[in-house]
Amino acid sequence: MSSSVSHGPVSPADARVAPKPGLRRFHQARWDEPLIFELTSPGERGVGVPVTSLPVPSLPAGLARVAAPGLPEMSQPHVLRHYMRLSQETLGVDLNVDVGQGTCTMKYSPKVNDSFVRDARIAELHPLQDEGSVQGVLEILYRLEGLLKEISGMDRVSLQPASGSSAIYANVSMIRAYHASRGDGELRDEIITTQFSHPTNAAAPKTAGYRVITLMPDADGYPDIEALRAAVGPRTAALLITNPEDTGIFNPRIEEFVRLVHEVGGLCCYDQANANGILGITRARDAGFDLCHFNLHKTFSTPHMCGGPAAGASAVTSALAPFLPRPTVEFDGSRYFFDDDRPESIGKIRPFYGVVPNLVRAYAWIMALGGPGLREVAETAVLNNNYLISKVLEIKGVSLPYAQGRRRVEQARYSWEKLNADTGVHSEEIGYRVADFGTHYWTSHHPYLVPEPMTLEPTESYSQADLDEYAAILAEVAREAYEEPEAVRGAPHNGPIHRMRDASLEDPGTWAVTWRAYRRKVG
Amino acid sequence: MRVGLVVNPVAGVGGRVGLKGSDGAEVQERAFALGAVPRAAGRATLALAELRARRPDSVVLTVAGAMGEEAARAAGFAPEVVFAPGEPTSAADTVAAARALAPQVDLLLFAGGDGTARDVLEAVGDTLPVLGIPTGVKMHSAVFAVNPRAAGEVAATFSRVREAEVVDRVEGSPQLFGYLRVPDVPARVQQRKTGSSSVTPDAVSGIAAELRSYLAPGELLVLGPGTTTRAVAAVWGVDVPVLGVNVVDGSTLVAADASADQLLELVAGAPARIALTPIGGQGFLLGRGNQQLAPEVLRAVGLDRLHVVATEAKVVALGGRPLLVDTGDDALDRAFPRYVRVVVGWRRTILYPVNERQS
Repeated sequence: MSSSVSHGPVSPADARVAPKPGLRRFHQARWDEPLIFELTSPGERGVGVPVTSLPVPSLPAGLARVAAPGLPEMSQPHVLRHYMRLSQETLGVDLNVDVGQGTCTMKYSPKVNDSFVRDARIAELHPLQDEGSVQGVLEILYRLEGLLKEISGMDRVSLQPASGSSAIYANVSMIRAYHASRGDGELRDEIITTQFSHPTNAAAPKTAGYRVITLMPDADGYPDIEALRAAVGPRTAALLITNPEDTGIFNPRIEEFVRLVHEVGGLCCYDQANANGILGITRARDAGFDLCHFNLHKTFSTPHMCGGPAAGASAVTSALAPFLPRPTVEFDGSRYFFDDDRPESIGKIRPFYGVVPNLVRAYAWIMALGGPGLREVAETAVLNNNYLISKVLEIKGVSLPYAQGRRRVEQARYSWEKLNADTGVHSEEIGYRVADFGTHYWTSHHPYLVPEPMTLEPTESYSQADLDEYAAILAEVAREAYEEPEAVRGAPHNGPIHRMRDASLEDPGTWAVTWRAYRRKVG
Repeated sequence: MRVGLVVNPVAGVGGRVGLKGSDGAEVQERAFALGAVPRAAGRATLALAELRARRPDSVVLTVAGAMGEEAARAAGFAPEVVFAPGEPTSAADTVAAARALAPQVDLLLFAGGDGTARDVLEAVGDTLPVLGIPTGVKMHSAVFAVNPRAAGEVAATFSRVREAEVVDRVEGSPQLFGYLRVPDVPARVQQRKTGSSSVTPDAVSGIAAELRSYLAPGELLVLGPGTTTRAVAAVWGVDVPVLGVNVVDGSTLVAADASADQLLELVAGAPARIALTPIGGQGFLLGRGNQQLAPEVLRAVGLDRLHVVATEAKVVALGGRPLLVDTGDDALDRAFPRYVRVVVGWRRTILYPVNERQS
């Protein structure tokens, strides 16, 4: 297979064994674009605002700026060029086959949904408007909650969380409020999770003050149920678990996990960031869970927004509903309104009401598909994943550890361990090399439990030809690793930066996430 | 970069023919009689070829003939030969060669197994970074790269060092002999089976804070040997010997390198807890290198007051193999819970299986 793929001209000899066209070559754009703040040109303006002769009311003294804001001064075409250039330097689902961001569910976001968000009836709303003037968007939120109730089987849903982690933190806060309301909040200070669950399932409860106990996988890659038996007890507040885990393996004993935790009085919280393969097939409630969350920017197609704002949803049973973030959106039969009178609520977790544009996109996406459509999304995602698995496993040096003979759900964590032992080439280096073909992939969270990992999640958005193309790129790079490893080691070749010095990424002292921090740290 | 190379030419000859090791002239003779083919040189060549591919400017210093020169030449280097061994070569040559190379190189590569690692430890201690090219039968020590190529890669790319255990089987039982300084490869090229993981300041300060939160005022803490426990003590401002069992009270060192009798006396006089870290790569918790923690000491403190600490990477590097306990007291071994909570950071534990003594 690997020898049948070529990215050069196809010779007559190759043509017999290589019916596929050559791989697409790619060269990353290079603009060496400065930060927008560095492009400032004093006096340059985007819009000439006319000087008014009308009286302008003076601001209260405390609100007036001492100095003008430090914004870049630029013309519109300069701003446009700046962002066009940056957009040319990115990869993503709108540009290529983006199945390599495993666990992130990079699916196509239908552009029509953006048109709803840009519509003045959404775009020009102000969060402080009177409820009577925003009945339309409140109806969307109310209906979206109803849809997610049905999808999860839960009784109430909060759409306030700004992200998946925000939703998990909200769920942990509700777990704490629930146990406190029963008088054993102090006693129950432990939360159990698993090593292949999302790291946020450990990080969020730790940040909230819980002690976190992590279960390792057993020899088949399933969370170790004997370890769970040893972990549960009177101090158990909850189990936070992802299913399927990031290996793509569905935990077939999930009901038993829930039973063991319930037996000691703990709650069960389902991380549904990996829900794309189970939509319309199984529900958190049906497995006995008390809470769950969705990442609307994964499963429900709203954009990931380069790290935020995304949108999360926290779903709970009626026993936990009193603790939901306030306000909730209610309907009295004639009008929609915010209910802020919720004395047991964990409080507000986001200014105003969540990331409304993404909630509108998610609503539009669900309504366009309908119930059967959602199930078809899951079925296609699973089919695509298992098709890609069959293609990838034809490649020399790659394997799919754990749960031998079992299908994966919507993603798979592969291992290049054999290729590494044979050639010395690491998974990370293969990941750099595929960038020369216009794509990329992610290895796994650290520390690596699967050696030399690669995590792929094809979703429902890609055609068979797309998946064939992606597998052909991997096959070609694996062939290079065996036959001309220097082609892989020095990669990426077709980009402006061949290797990032990433040590600084591990040192918070060098991070600069704002212009001010950059000025302070870099000068 | 200047790299020293010592090859134990007979390392691993016992493995392919079913012997348990290759130590001693008699075993080696039997191995060759059974048809063993030396493979150490070939594996050393693989490692050096990788080094040369990544750092062509490297200078190799080595030992004449089969103890390194041949492998270096096969990899395309023109090595400087700084030592000539006897004939046949012996462990004494390994020690003498390592001593001769150490002052002249930035990194010492050795091809061999646990026995060779012990010889290198005896010769150079912690004076320079050392890395094993795995060619032995037994490799319990955490000083080896996962494979020869990886050894060459790590040699070419490392920038930090860490301490790692030298362990060898003596009369069937693995024992801890000390620590070598080995290159610390960044997490992103993690070598899963090399054993103990890097003891990063962030991970250790979390572990130290968590452990401290378990201690009531006046409670003694008995620290088992190892780099993790020593780093935890360093966070509290206490400098403890890495090989011994040490006792601290707050930030005061109460006893360094304590004997079983001393420990028994101390824990009889005050409430105490014990903190242990498993030996990287092979997972021994008790009974290897910490026999001072005798069954009487463990019983006096109580197993429920025994805490296991390790970085998350070290736990993952165990590859699912259970922690091992061999206190010499079967009843006590059996009293261990089937799973222990390994403290990996502030408010974070990993539940990890413990086996009784494995024979």
